[in-house]
Amino acid sequence: MTDANQQMVEQYRNNFLREVEDNVEEGEWVKMCMQCGVCSGSCPLGPHWDHPPQELFMMIRAGKRDEVLQSSSMWMCTSCYNCIVRCPRELPITHIMHGLAHYAKRLGIAPKNQPTHKFSQLFWNNLTKTGRVNELRLGLSLYFMNGIGEGIKTSLKMQKIGLGMLMTKRLTPMELIGGHKCKDAKGLQSILKKAEELEAARIPVAGK
Amino acid sequence: MAKKSYSFYPGCSSQKAASASNYMTSVDSMCKTLDIELNEIPDWNCCSASIGYAGGGELPRLALSARNMAISEKENPNQDIVATCAACWLATKETQERLHDDDKLMAETNEALATAGLKVEGNQKIRHMVEVLIEDFGYEEMGKHVTKPLDGLKIAGYVGCQTNRPFGIDGESYENPKYLDKLVETMGAEPIENYDKKVSCCGGALAFSEPEKSQALIKDIIESAYDGGADMIVTPCPVCQMNVEVYQDHINQKYKTNFKMPVVYYSTLMSVAYGGNGKEAGLDGQIIKAKQLEDIASK
Amino acid sequence: MADEIKVGAYICKGCGLGERLDCGQLATIAEREGKANLVREHEFLCNAEGVAMIQNDIDNEGVNKVMIAACSRRSKTEAFSFDNVAISRANLREGVIWVRPDDDESSETTQEMAADYVRMGCSEIKYMTLPPGSEETASNNNLLVAGGGIVGMTAAIEAAAAGYPVTIVEKSGVLGGSARDEYKRIPESMPYTDPEDTGVAEMVAKVEGAGNITVHLNSTITKTSGAPGRFSADISTESGSTTTENFGAIIMASGARNYDANQLPELGYGKTPDVVDQAGLEKLAMEANGGPIKRPSDGKEIENVVFVQCAGQRSTKEGHLPYCSGHCCLTSIKQAMYFKDQNPNVDTNIIYSDLRTPGAGGEDFYRSGQQKGITFTKGEVSEVTAGTGGPTVKFQDLILDQEVNENADLVVLATGQIPNSGVDIDAVESTDNEAEEGAEVVANEVTVESILNLDYRQGKDLPHLKYGFNDSHFICFPYETRRTGIYSAGPVRRPMDMAQAKEDATGAALKAIQALENAKLGRAAHPRSGDLSFPLFRKEGCTQCKRCTVECPFGAIDEDEERYPLFNEARCRRCGTCMGACPVRVISFDNYSVDTVGQQLKNVDMPDEFDEKPRILVLACENDAYPALDMAAQNGNHYSPFARVIPVRCLGSVNTIWVTDALNSGYDGIILMGCQKGENYQCHFVKGSEIAHIRMSKIDDTLESLSLEKERVETYEVAITDIERAPKLINDMAEAVEKVGMSPFKF
Repeated sequence: MTDANQQMVEQYRNNFLREVEDNVEEGEWVKMCMQCGVCSGSCPLGPHWDHPPQELFMMIRAGKRDEVLQSSSMWMCTSCYNCIVRCPRELPITHIMHGLAHYAKRLGIAPKNQPTHKFSQLFWNNLTKTGRVNELRLGLSLYFMNGIGEGIKTSLKMQKIGLGMLMTKRLTPMELIGGHKCKDAKGLQSILKKAEELEAARIPVAGK
Repeated sequence: MAKKSYSFYPGCSSQKAASASNYMTSVDSMCKTLDIELNEIPDWNCCSASIGYAGGGELPRLALSARNMAISEKENPNQDIVATCAACWLATKETQERLHDDDKLMAETNEALATAGLKVEGNQKIRHMVEVLIEDFGYEEMGKHVTKPLDGLKIAGYVGCQTNRPFGIDGESYENPKYLDKLVETMGAEPIENYDKKVSCCGGALAFSEPEKSQALIKDIIESAYDGGADMIVTPCPVCQMNVEVYQDHINQKYKTNFKMPVVYYSTLMSVAYGGNGKEAGLDGQIIKAKQLEDIASK
Repeated sequence: MADEIKVGAYICKGCGLGERLDCGQLATIAEREGKANLVREHEFLCNAEGVAMIQNDIDNEGVNKVMIAACSRRSKTEAFSFDNVAISRANLREGVIWVRPDDDESSETTQEMAADYVRMGCSEIKYMTLPPGSEETASNNNLLVAGGGIVGMTAAIEAAAAGYPVTIVEKSGVLGGSARDEYKRIPESMPYTDPEDTGVAEMVAKVEGAGNITVHLNSTITKTSGAPGRFSADISTESGSTTTENFGAIIMASGARNYDANQLPELGYGKTPDVVDQAGLEKLAMEANGGPIKRPSDGKEIENVVFVQCAGQRSTKEGHLPYCSGHCCLTSIKQAMYFKDQNPNVDTNIIYSDLRTPGAGGEDFYRSGQQKGITFTKGEVSEVTAGTGGPTVKFQDLILDQEVNENADLVVLATGQIPNSGVDIDAVESTDNEAEEGAEVVANEVTVESILNLDYRQGKDLPHLKYGFNDSHFICFPYETRRTGIYSAGPVRRPMDMAQAKEDATGAALKAIQALENAKLGRAAHPRSGDLSFPLFRKEGCTQCKRCTVECPFGAIDEDEERYPLFNEARCRRCGTCMGACPVRVISFDNYSVDTVGQQLKNVDMPDEFDEKPRILVLACENDAYPALDMAAQNGNHYSPFARVIPVRCLGSVNTIWVTDALNSGYDGIILMGCQKGENYQCHFVKGSEIAHIRMSKIDDTLESLSLEKERVETYEVAITDIERAPKLINDMAEAVEKVGMSPFKF
């Protein structure tokens, strides 16, 4: 647990709001929300959020740091951008949600077994390896992300689909061994490393 | 019309033997007819497609798209960047906007790119293939090349999320964009009126991590098309195509439905209408076969 | 001017009238039955040739009364305006051919309808004379402004700049009003992001430097009498000296005072000095003057402050105000900015139930507040308690659905405004002993003093409408009060902020100038602007019943020493409510009297009961109902051919003799159409419609005694938008008449 997590926050003070402004992508928009609720109403997975976007914004103002960052809510975002185009204040809600998710993960307090959290990290790890997504490896790592038992079960469930993809040449077993990649994968990785460095310098909490 | 050249960003799913390789096949066929030259950006990389955010913070994700833009500016100067994948288009276009809005971000991005000897200016227009078709060609011109009109087919134009929001195609409404319907008409088929799930999300990347929730959304999308009398669904996005196509058995099992709705790309329709055979149109890439298109293609 | 009356009747054949009607027959009727001296038909009466023809008859043929049977009197008013002659209009177009189908079946009744209107037009003109204008003209360019705050000063500056000398009477020792006690004001101009200087000093300097503005400080108005153009006011100072001055018009800008927050002990006011109201915060801000604001109890620099909105407002609890004071949300945002602008790390939380930031500038200001980091929480505050560290605010967060106890260094209660609207003249009637002192007991047990001390029989101040605010005609004429020549502006007539108040003051100044100019010409002000007629009173017939005096919506009638009504023409709006009230019918206007309407309805051709052609009289108020019927006709809506519509100035002017005469003449149904009455009234004369409804509710007994069914007489509220409904009401009456049968009074 990092120090930041242990920080005592008094209710409805602006501390957490300021923290979000400083550290979360597009976080400076949170204070502009006028609590109309259109975002929550427009979200395709809305009912599955413990706290829909409108509520999250209010919770941030109310200083409910742990409840927000430990919530699985923002991981429900499918990036459909419905909220963004309808928000009367033009908040970039999709990005704020992704930003909160990333920040929570950075701090190490995002819900550990949240499937989208895990999948997202797998996706990133996969693409940064070669610069392009290796779909077969991604799929397998997804199925087996909760252990071998789960993996086998899911693989069996998906086998017809997998077969269909294979037969239509939309999947190749060759990806297990090799697969598409960037020639300058190293260059890409150095770019990313530098980018992460620069960002960490800006965001005070490096996290675990 | 003279040949049109574009700097091309295919995206991970359109690669050979990848999940949208059939999309690429049909795009190639369509471009041949329309005399479009696609110059693939050399050594392009993945855009992280709205799902990389757990691992990737803001700057790293911007850097991904910036690298593509930088290479394109160097290798394909004076051309617009065209993407066939909705997520790639959105990510790259958004990156361009953000870099232009924020000088600090632009400086930091270039600092990162410099480690690989690259520099980005962001001076090439970022377009989706459907934008190119509508704006640079127009429906009339597209219609001119139709040799096998798709008579008698009723097709639901599933626009989905990311070609529609936040940028939109051709200035159309977010709530009821008509461009796929117009394209369907131009190819000689009949679009579904009042397709009320036209811009509803299929779950996107969460089809992988939250299959049940996502499949509930997909069920509604297919059912609405069925209710409208559709023979098939057309889409401009690789994730939508896969999501709406491949889970129909699972959905049928859970919801006791009887779906077997083919899901095709707009380029598939166009290839067939332009006289391409089944292979050229990527029809053999359909997991749920689009029999009616195969019939027209083999005529 | 010839003593001999010569009536010229003109039948127009344009707009389809020639095709649909037998105009020859109409001409014959005008001559034989209408007794017109000169009758002419014309193909296109309103064109230059037609108009010239009429003018020629006036100039060379001695015609001195003109009856025009053509389109509605609301149409072609410029073409058909002839100097020095009375004009009546028979509505054959909107009133007949446009509301009847053009088929063979209807042609007979359509012709009969037109014929009746020609008869009616001829009888109307017989009893009309051209009003010469009131002799009670008075010329006085001076304006009296009661109140020297932002509203009063703005009105004075604007009127003075237009060339009218102004006198401001201010109760306190300084100009500026409540704005004087504010550190800064809500921004008035783009980009609406920051609080601005109140502008009071600048305004005071303008007032003092204007040259034609006189200021009386520490003064009140102890008596006002007269009428527009000839008001006389006693201005008395605290020390007791009085000067009497004359004015053309008056503006009441007495503003509002703050709600006494001591009535909110549950919100901590009075329990700890660290709970203040908005006025209290302004004081603290003024003391800090740009430095950190310190709290009253121990001078600690405030690090977090909570604002409680709607404190003692929008609440039905006893002692609370039931309304919203309009400016308080913006004021709280402004006050939160006092803290944020000085130190962005001060936490400011505004707890609201609904956030109201009127105007586009208001929304920008709200966004600016959010931009500066002010937190907005939707919540219901139940209690504020004093603690050792400071006050604690207990509230229910309505978005997060949780109960919260927030500690604060300072709590600011957004309390409301109470208008300084003077004595409630309608309440005084029930407490006669206090009437002498002019004091009155209001809901929260505070005695109020009269602002204007009007020497009017109806009472000392302007009537109130709702919640103690002055009655101003919201829908049509915002600054108009029920006292002609006296205009109210600012928070005395409804809750508002400074920007709205300045606009209000300017509008009121314009209206006041218009009123005093009209008074010079003996002309009425709104809504019958330019009307030269005024009530004529036949004293010999008066029974001193006082109905006219009491019912006049504008208090234009006082009492003389002999207890007869004393008409103040310049205070009159010419609505005719007095005429409608008079049971012995001694009040009339030159061009509008019991006869001009009564003779019309009597001269309608009344078929006998076997003809199965009923007659329905429609008295339609000319403000909304008659235009609605005209517009219905323009839209091609039809109604019963048996209706005969007579426009009246206001339903208040409807004398029940018309109803009696109509029933006795054999009319089968009578409809009165007037504007909406009640708290959200639309009646252009405020009370006319209401009074008519009350009078007509008493008619039921009369109907019973005549053995007539109640359905035969209906009174409706009609709006100008009732284009579909108004004709339907007529058709409904036709149906009702069919059911109950013909009137037994036909002969």
